[in-house]
Amino acid sequence: MIKIAPKGAGLCLLAAALLLFPFLFPDPFYQDIGVAFLLAAISASAWNIVGGYAGQVSVGHAMFFGLGAYAPLLFYTLFGWPPLAAIPVGILLSVALAVLIGLPTFRLSGHYFSMATIAVAELIRIFFGTWALVGGAIGLQGPAVARGWWDLTFRGDLAYYYIFLAVLGLLLFVTYEVGRRRFGFYLRAIKASERAARSLGVPVRLTKLKALALSAAFTSAAGSLYAVKTGFIDPDSGFGILVSVQMVIVAALGGAGTLFGPLVGALILVPLQSAANTWFGGGGSGLTFIIYGGIIVLIARFEPGGLLDLWRRLVPRLRRRAHAA
Amino acid sequence: MILLQVIVGGLLLGAVYALFSSGLTLIWGMMNFINFAHGEFVMLGMYAALLVVLYLGGGPVGFGAAAALALFLLGVAVYAALIRHVVRGPMLSQILSTFGLALLLRYTAFFIFSANFVSLPQTSLAGTLNIGGIFLPVAQLVAGAVAITLTVALHLLLTRTTIGSRLLAVAEDRSAAMLMGIRPDRMQALAWGLSAGAAGVAGALLATAYPWSPSVGETFGLIAFVTVALGGFGSVLGSLYAGLIIGLIEAVSAYWLGAIYKDIVVYGLFVALLWLRPQGLMGKA
Repeated sequence: MIKIAPKGAGLCLLAAALLLFPFLFPDPFYQDIGVAFLLAAISASAWNIVGGYAGQVSVGHAMFFGLGAYAPLLFYTLFGWPPLAAIPVGILLSVALAVLIGLPTFRLSGHYFSMATIAVAELIRIFFGTWALVGGAIGLQGPAVARGWWDLTFRGDLAYYYIFLAVLGLLLFVTYEVGRRRFGFYLRAIKASERAARSLGVPVRLTKLKALALSAAFTSAAGSLYAVKTGFIDPDSGFGILVSVQMVIVAALGGAGTLFGPLVGALILVPLQSAANTWFGGGGSGLTFIIYGGIIVLIARFEPGGLLDLWRRLVPRLRRRAHAA
Repeated sequence: MILLQVIVGGLLLGAVYALFSSGLTLIWGMMNFINFAHGEFVMLGMYAALLVVLYLGGGPVGFGAAAALALFLLGVAVYAALIRHVVRGPMLSQILSTFGLALLLRYTAFFIFSANFVSLPQTSLAGTLNIGGIFLPVAQLVAGAVAITLTVALHLLLTRTTIGSRLLAVAEDRSAAMLMGIRPDRMQALAWGLSAGAAGVAGALLATAYPWSPSVGETFGLIAFVTVALGGFGSVLGSLYAGLIIGLIEAVSAYWLGAIYKDIVVYGLFVALLWLRPQGLMGKA
């Protein structure tokens, strides 16, 4: 693992930029993009733990995102719970689901895991669409007016921005710690060669299961944040395949299995998407997904390491050329 | 009587499921590779049939063959341009390559053909037959019969011909096959052509009997997963039985529970299979 982790100065600069962004760009339009960026970075970083570090490519992470998104709004609608109290419930449900899926599929080849994740996410999406308790195809709404700060219903984006930023910070810290510990080395060993890892005594299935559970917990939290911010959830915005796609493409574009890869991916894709929506209007979303598909294919074919990897290879070459000149 | 009609209709649709799923299982058997864009190949087969009927004319044999040929070529092209380069790469590349391709094809189809449902203009397969009190559209009967025939033909091609032996030899041991004078690249390109071609014909057959929109690719792709998982990975004959079973289950559950629940039943079956018999009905552990 080579890292171009912006060490010291770079890291401080990044943190300062993220902290000061809302003051540098107070326009609501930019703040909205900032919040969308943080949400995409959180989701993709959460996916990254199992999809990038452990190399188990889930294409149905929307199932955890959706559970996390439904939990606060469902418990608010049913019992009037404050959304904050239901976020842990969503996380627990997601971890349970992760174990339920991981136990059988992690015995089999990696392709099987991908197929299972996509099928289970679709199953839940269709199921929620027909289930009256969770609002069916119409979905659920959150509190219109906050009863207190614990309702997490704020006017404007500023409060959400800093909540999301705190969660992203926590997630990056956890990922960094994971990468440094024995657990992280196990994950990379499994990604490089499962058979070799097993023969060296790595508890392969347990490690994969733990990674999936950790990833599911944070993905669920991302879903909850999305739901309290939007104040609304339906089966497509919670469990839709495009939710999963977004996580995969953001992480893979920046660099799957690197700490800052998902941030780089989100930094490029989120403004691109909002620009595409501005340029092409309503029809732009379809075009966006054609471009997404194209980008995914190109990454798979030419740069499986993502942009960070490309950067790492290009910079020394450019430097050498500069020296020669 | 109604139930019997539902059962026969389900089996006929299941035969078409079997045909396109056999294409997916062929690729899995050959190269341990799951094609996430397989359902999109079926969807493109449907539009290929539509375009031929609209702009060239011709009967079911004509647009069926055209869809098969178009998708065969697409399959070979996808293998040559994309799959060949990622198949020995990291798992991420393998899965993302066809996953991205699926998105690309699906949303390009939305862009070109719009999200509206379309159906083939009246073909020579229009009309209904009354067989002992069961009313069956001719198009469904023909589609089911042709699908079963082609699936069995694919099975025979793999097990009874030299070409089939070569394909299986590459699947078994790539380097040993190379030493026997077989070019693995060509055989795998052929497998992709056959796989996509099967999806293309299946699409053309479905187009004669059902209306569709670009979003059917996702549904058919998932049905192909379930079929392949039930029939056992890599077994064409297994996917024939599994396709028929799934067509049947889908039809009966739509009849008893309502149309929206049929997908829940089918995907639920997939999850149950994962837990109870991940190697499939006919597959080896």
